[in-house]
Amino acid sequence: MIGVGGKIKQYSSVLEKPLSKGRQEVSLSAFAFLFSELVQYNQTQVDNIAELERRLEDAGYAVGARVLELFCHREKGNRRETRLLGILSFVHTTVWKVLFGKVADSLEKGTEHEDEYMISEKELLVNRFISIPKDMGTFNCGAFVAGIVRGVLDNAGFPAVVTAHFVPMEGQQRPRTTILIKFADEVSQNIYENLKRFIISGNWKGHLLNKYAIKLITVSLET
Amino acid sequence: MAPVVPRSGDAVFANVERVNAELFTLTYGAIVRQLLTDLEEVEEVNKQLDQMGYNIGVRLIDEFLAKSNISRCVDFKETAEVIAKVGFKMFLGVTATVTNWDVEGTTCSLVLEDNPLVEFVELPDTCQGLYYCNILSGVVRGALEMVSMKTEVSWVRDMLHGDDAYELRVKLIKQVPEEYPYKDDE
Repeated sequence: MIGVGGKIKQYSSVLEKPLSKGRQEVSLSAFAFLFSELVQYNQTQVDNIAELERRLEDAGYAVGARVLELFCHREKGNRRETRLLGILSFVHTTVWKVLFGKVADSLEKGTEHEDEYMISEKELLVNRFISIPKDMGTFNCGAFVAGIVRGVLDNAGFPAVVTAHFVPMEGQQRPRTTILIKFADEVSQNIYENLKRFIISGNWKGHLLNKYAIKLITVSLET
Repeated sequence: MAPVVPRSGDAVFANVERVNAELFTLTYGAIVRQLLTDLEEVEEVNKQLDQMGYNIGVRLIDEFLAKSNISRCVDFKETAEVIAKVGFKMFLGVTATVTNWDVEGTTCSLVLEDNPLVEFVELPDTCQGLYYCNILSGVVRGALEMVSMKTEVSWVRDMLHGDDAYELRVKLIKQVPEEYPYKDDE
């Protein structure tokens, strides 16, 4: 009917489509407009700030889960990180670089708690055009990015509570955003420690070890 | 009528700040999923997406006029070309083709050759009535309304519904004459 050139190709399923290389870009404003609509829509659905942050985080979580699949396959040759520091640096480096065009400004370990980590960004992309009205207190749109981080970590088997906070910086007009990651208890205990204890306890029968070991690892990841 | 000068938004797009299209795509996907969960009815989701697009269009036109250096279009034909070649390019990095004009020159189709919104997307059976890209029609409608053109924008073809392209039908309903809040000779 219409000559549209040979560019468009139809696939019977989205899975048959070759995976994009991730080089395509849209304008920052297009994203900012879209993100603004996401926030505004969710504002109409809630009656307090905590709820709003939770909803933004949920939206981000869905992005994170997909980002993990996609980037592990494309950027890492199907290798998936199984160590805590490995997955953290995957988030800080690979995820940040592809999504936001740069590596995150810093990745630090919390000084007070063993199982806390922080990713900080001087000017988080989603907060670029956002200023928070006074009556909204500590609300931070970075909750969306916190959700992305949580989605990546959770689906990689490292459940964590992830939150976004503004941290005032000396000599800077705008505060930086810190994404605080607090891992669930069982993650901080080394899985292999558990396994070792299990073996030492002697509650196993040789040939069942594999089955039990797998079960143990799965249980400790799920709970 | 002077032939429409083909203009391109390549230079503008090269000069604006850009982000990875996948972040954009996945964020849009998250929005659609959230709407589907909240509103349940596919029809309501279509409406909400259109509304969101309209809100964006109303604001986006300012940036478009400020950055594109486009002078006033002489007629609707030129307007359509500018949307397809400059507008889409400047924001989404893709261009559309303008075709299927009706005889009066008030209705045309924008055919998208590439659509960053739908990467990774497949509609499940329960969402067959969903116009996944409905936000785009809202954007076009909202932006045109800000430059005094009332339009109706609807989807004719959608690859997610098995068609061979994305086709957006734009119908000019009326051109609202510009009204100044003051009189010229005062």
